Amino acid sequence: MKRYTGLLALAVLFVGPLVWALGVSFKTQTEATRVPPTLLPAEPTTSAYGTVFQGTTDTPVLRWFANSLIAATGHMLLVLVVSSLAAYALARLEFGGKKLMFGVIVGTLLVPGFVFLIPQFLIVDQLGWLDSLTALIVPGAAGAFGVFFLRQFFLGLPRELDEAAFMEGANHWHIFWRITLPLSRPALATLAVLSFLSNWNDFIWPIYVIFSPEYFTLPPGLSILQGAYTIHYPVIMAGAVLASIPVLILFSLTQRYVIEGISRSGLKG
Amino acid sequence: MVAISAKKAAGRDVRVPRSGKATPYLFLAPYLILFSVFVLAPALFGIWVSLHDWDYMLEGKPFVGLDNYTALFDDQSPVYGDFWMSMRATGIFTVFSVPFLVVLPLGVALLLNRPFRGRTLFRGLFFAPFVLGVAVVCLIWRLLLDPNLGLVDWILGTPIPWTTATPWAWIALVGVTVWWTLGFNAVIYLAGMQDIPRELYDAAKVDGAGRWGAFVHVTLPGLRPVALFVVTTTILASANMFGQSYLLTQGAPGGETRTAIMYMLQQGLREYKMGSASAMSYLLTLLLILVSVVNFRLFRTRS
Repeated sequence: MKRYTGLLALAVLFVGPLVWALGVSFKTQTEATRVPPTLLPAEPTTSAYGTVFQGTTDTPVLRWFANSLIAATGHMLLVLVVSSLAAYALARLEFGGKKLMFGVIVGTLLVPGFVFLIPQFLIVDQLGWLDSLTALIVPGAAGAFGVFFLRQFFLGLPRELDEAAFMEGANHWHIFWRITLPLSRPALATLAVLSFLSNWNDFIWPIYVIFSPEYFTLPPGLSILQGAYTIHYPVIMAGAVLASIPVLILFSLTQRYVIEGISRSGLKG
Repeated sequence: MVAISAKKAAGRDVRVPRSGKATPYLFLAPYLILFSVFVLAPALFGIWVSLHDWDYMLEGKPFVGLDNYTALFDDQSPVYGDFWMSMRATGIFTVFSVPFLVVLPLGVALLLNRPFRGRTLFRGLFFAPFVLGVAVVCLIWRLLLDPNLGLVDWILGTPIPWTTATPWAWIALVGVTVWWTLGFNAVIYLAGMQDIPRELYDAAKVDGAGRWGAFVHVTLPGLRPVALFVVTTTILASANMFGQSYLLTQGAPGGETRTAIMYMLQQGLREYKMGSASAMSYLLTLLLILVSVVNFRLFRTRS
C-alpha cells in the first residue's frame, strides 16, 4: 500500500503537468487568464484548436505538422536502410580495415553533438539544402547509433540459418533480406521508433537551418507560435498538444520496445 | 577471388558464406557516404574553420592560426567576458542538475524494481515526459511557472519570478530538466538492477542483512558499471544543455543563464562568426573529455 501511495504521488507529479496543459488548450482565453487559475476548463471549448488548424501565413501549424511527419518518417526510413546494410557488413562480413572502421564509427558516438553543428551547417549550405526538409532528413541519418545498435543485435543472431541458406546457394544479399532482417524485427522496430522520436522532437538543428515558416517543423514552429500568441495560452497549448499526441501514442503502443532498447543500449554503451 | 575467400574462411573454420571482395563495401557504401559527408568531414572541417577568421557573410576568410583559441583566454578580447559567463552558466547547471539526475532516478528505479500490478504502466508514466521534445516541455512549464497565471506559484502561494531572476531561474531549469529526463536514467538503473543475480540477495538475507543492508551491500555495488554510465552521460547531457535556457529563461536575467552551447551557436549561426564559435566548441569538447576521464578514474579506483 505504501508503495502505491508513493507511486501515485509520483505519477501525479509526472503526468499532472501534461493533463493540465491539455485542459488549458480547451479553455477560453478569458478563463486561461483568470486568477486564480482553474484546474480543469469550466466551459470547455475547441476554439483554440480552430485557431491552430486555421493557421496564418506566419504560423501554418498544420503545414508544420505535415513537415514534422514527412521529416521524421523520411529520416526513420533512411536510418533503417543505411544502418541495417552497414551493420550487416560489420557483423557478418570479413574485410580489411573492419576493426578500424568500426572503431571510428563508434568513436564518434563519444564526440558531443554540438561540435558538428557549425561545419554541418556549412556543408549543408554547400549542398544547397538550407531551408529545405532535406536538411532535416539526411544529415541526421549519418549518426553512428543505428549502426552500433543493429550490429550488436545481428551478432547475437544464430548463424546456422545463414549457413543452411548458403548451402542452398543464397548470397549475402538474400541472407540479409530473407533471414537477418526478418529475425531482427524487434531491433528494427526499436530503432525505427527511436529515430522517429528524435527527429520529431529535434529543436536545435531546424531553428538554424530553416528560415521560411512553410518549412518549419513543429518544435521550432511552437516557439514562433508562442511569439505570435504571447499570452493566448489556449492556442499555444493546443499547438503543444498537437506536437505531443503523435509521439505519446507511438510511445504507448511501443513502450516495451522503446524502454528495452534504451536500457539495453545504455548498458552496452 | 571467390575461391580465395572461401579457402580463407575454411582455413579459419569460420563458415561464413563466401562473398566477392566488393560485397562488404557495397553493403557499407550508403552509410559510409553519409558518415563521411556529415560526420567525419564536419569534425575535421570544423578544426580548419576554427583556424580562420571565418565570417559566413564575408568573402575573405583569412587564416589566423590559433587566434580564435587564444582570444578565449585574453580578457581584452570581445568574446572573453560573454564566453566565460556562458561557461559559468553551464558549470552551475551541471553541478546542480547532475546530483539530482543521478540520485532521484535511483529512488524511482527502486520503487519499480519489484513485480507488482501496474508496474509497466507506472514505468511508462514516469518515462512519458522524456518522449516529448524540449520545445513542448518548455512551453508547458513556461505557463506552469508564470508568476501571474501559473499553477506553481498559485499552489505555493508565492509570487516567485521563476524564469526571470536568479536563483529561481536555476531552480526552474534544474527542476524542469529533472522532470523531463528522470525517466531515462530510471529505466537504465532498472535494467541494471534486474541484471544483479537473485542469489546475491538470498546470500545477504542469510547473512542477516535487512532491506537497507541488501541495498548497500548488493544493489549499489552491482550497479557500479551502470552508475558509471549514468554519471558520465548525465554530465555530458547537462554540459550540452541548450533548449531549456533558450526557451524557458531565454538566458535571463542579463545572460546569466545563457549556456556555453547557446552562446557558441549564437556566435556561430546567428552572428555567423564561425571561426570563433568553432574554437569554443573544440575547447568545450576538450574539457568534457577531461571530465569523462576523471570520472572513469574515480570509479576505477573505488572498485
